[in-house]
Amino acid sequence: MSPDLPEMLAAARMEAPPLVLLQGVARRFASGTLALSGVDLAIGAGEFLSILGPSGCGKSTLLRLIAGLLDPSAGRVDWPAGHPGRRGIGFVFQDATLMPWASALANVRLPLRLARVARAEQEARAEAALAAVGLKGFERAFPRELSGGMRMRVSIARALVTRPSLLLMDEPFAALDELTRHRLNDDLLALWAESGVTVVFVTHSVFESVYLSSRILVMAARPGRIAAELRVEAPAPRPPGFRTSAAYAALCRDTSEALERAMAA
Amino acid sequence: MTAAQRLLALALPAVTGLVVLGGWEGLVRYLDVPPYVLPGPVAIAAALAEDWGLLWSSLLVTLRIALLALLAAVSVGGLLAVLFAQSRWVERALFPYAVVLQVTPIVAIAPLILIWVDDVTLSLLICAWIVAFFPILSNTVLGLNSADRNLVELFRLYGATRWQALWLLRLPSALPFFLAGLRVAGGLALIGAVVAEFVAGAGGTGSGLAFRILEAGYQLKIPRMFAALALISACGIAIFAVLGLVQHLALRRWHESALRPEG
Repeated sequence: MSPDLPEMLAAARMEAPPLVLLQGVARRFASGTLALSGVDLAIGAGEFLSILGPSGCGKSTLLRLIAGLLDPSAGRVDWPAGHPGRRGIGFVFQDATLMPWASALANVRLPLRLARVARAEQEARAEAALAAVGLKGFERAFPRELSGGMRMRVSIARALVTRPSLLLMDEPFAALDELTRHRLNDDLLALWAESGVTVVFVTHSVFESVYLSSRILVMAARPGRIAAELRVEAPAPRPPGFRTSAAYAALCRDTSEALERAMAA
Repeated sequence: MTAAQRLLALALPAVTGLVVLGGWEGLVRYLDVPPYVLPGPVAIAAALAEDWGLLWSSLLVTLRIALLALLAAVSVGGLLAVLFAQSRWVERALFPYAVVLQVTPIVAIAPLILIWVDDVTLSLLICAWIVAFFPILSNTVLGLNSADRNLVELFRLYGATRWQALWLLRLPSALPFFLAGLRVAGGLALIGAVVAEFVAGAGGTGSGLAFRILEAGYQLKIPRMFAALALISACGIAIFAVLGLVQHLALRRWHESALRPEG
C-alpha cells in the first residue's frame, strides 16, 4: 500500500458534505452564564477534529450540544445528510463511565440492548468490539478488575458497538498515565482509519490534539467561542517516530501559540 | 492479614466475653447475690437448658413475626421507593408521612393498633413493620437517585425507556444502599416485634419471647428472664450476620464496600 493512501482517503473524506453543521450556536445556562456564543462549525464526514481549550471554555458543552444532550439557546445544529438517529452517535466520557455491576461484555452490549437488538447479535457484536480495542479474553471481567486504560478501552468499544457515524469523545484519556495515553492514541487512530468514523475529540492537551487530529479548533473562554482553526498536515496513521519528529514539534509550537493567543484574548 | 492475626481477631472478643462472664459468676458467688436479684451465667445457662422447649417455641413465634415484618418492610418500602423515584411529586406528597410514622414512638402507637386490629398476630406484625420499613424506604430512595450522572446521560443518548433506565441502571445502583438499609431494618424488625409483644402481653395474650420475659418477671424466675433476653440478643446477632452475608455475596464482585483491602 502506498504510504500516502490514508492521507488521500482523509482528504477525500473532507470534501464530502458536512456531517454536522452548527450555525450561530449559543448556550446560556440557567444561572445566566453564557457558556458558548456564536459557534459556526462544519464537521466533515470522516475527519478527526480536536477541540482544544482551557477548562471552562465550553468544550464539553459544545460536545453535548452536538450529541443532542443539550439544546442550543440560540442558533441551530443540523445534520445536512440526515440525522443518523441515536445509534449514529457514540459518546465517550472523561471517566470510563461503566456499570460497575456488569461485566465488560455486558457493558459493551448495553447500547444494543437498549435498542432491542436480538440477544445473539448483541453478544457477537460486543465480542467483536472488545476484540477491536484489544480486549479479547476480558469479556467476563468486571470493571474493577481492569486497569484504567482497559476500562477506557471498554468504554470506546461500547461507543463503537453501534457502528456510529460520529464518535464524540470528552477528554477520554485525561485521567490516564502518559504511556497508556500514547498507546490508546495510536490505537484510536488505527480504529479511526479502519472504520471511517468521524471523531470529535475534546482535549486540553496540545500534544494530544496535534498527534491525533486532521483539524484542531482552538477555543477561548468567557464566553466560550472558537478562536482559531489549524489543519494538521501529517500522514495518518502517524508514522513511527512521529512524536520526536521536527514536523510534530513545529505543529505543537504553532498550536501552543494559537492557544496562548486565545487565552490572552 | 496473616493467619495468626486473623486468629487473634477472632480470639480476642471471645476471651473478653469469657473474662466478663467469669468475673460475673465469681462476683455473684462471692457476694452471695440472690438469684432473683442477679443470677450468674451458670444459673442462666441452667434455666436456658431447663426451659428450652418453652423458650424455643416462644423464640419461633417472635422470630416469625420479625421476619414477616421484614419481608413486608422490604416489599412496601422497596415499592414505595421505586414509586418515589418515578415522580418527585409523589415523593413530596408522601415522604413526610413516612417520616411521621418513623418518628412516632412505637410504644405509643402499639396499644392503638392492638385496639383497631382484631387479630393479635397481625397487629404485632404491623407494629414491627412500622419500625422496620423506614430505613429500607429512605436508603432505597437515596440509592435510586444516586445513579452515576454520566450513565444517566448515556442511557438518554441511546434512547432508553423509563423502564429500561429503572431496571438496568437505577435498581442496580440502589442495591448497595438497599442492602445497607436491610441490615438496619433486620435488627429493627426484631425490636419492633419484641416491643409490640410487650404491649400485647400486658393485654393478656401472646406467647413470644417478650411475653416469657414479662411472665418470668411476675413469677420472679429471674434466671429464665435472663435466658430469654440472651436468646433475643442471639437472634438479633444472627439476623445481622445473615443479612451481612447476603450483602457481601451480592456486592462482592463490584462494590467498594464489599472489597477486602489488598496489601
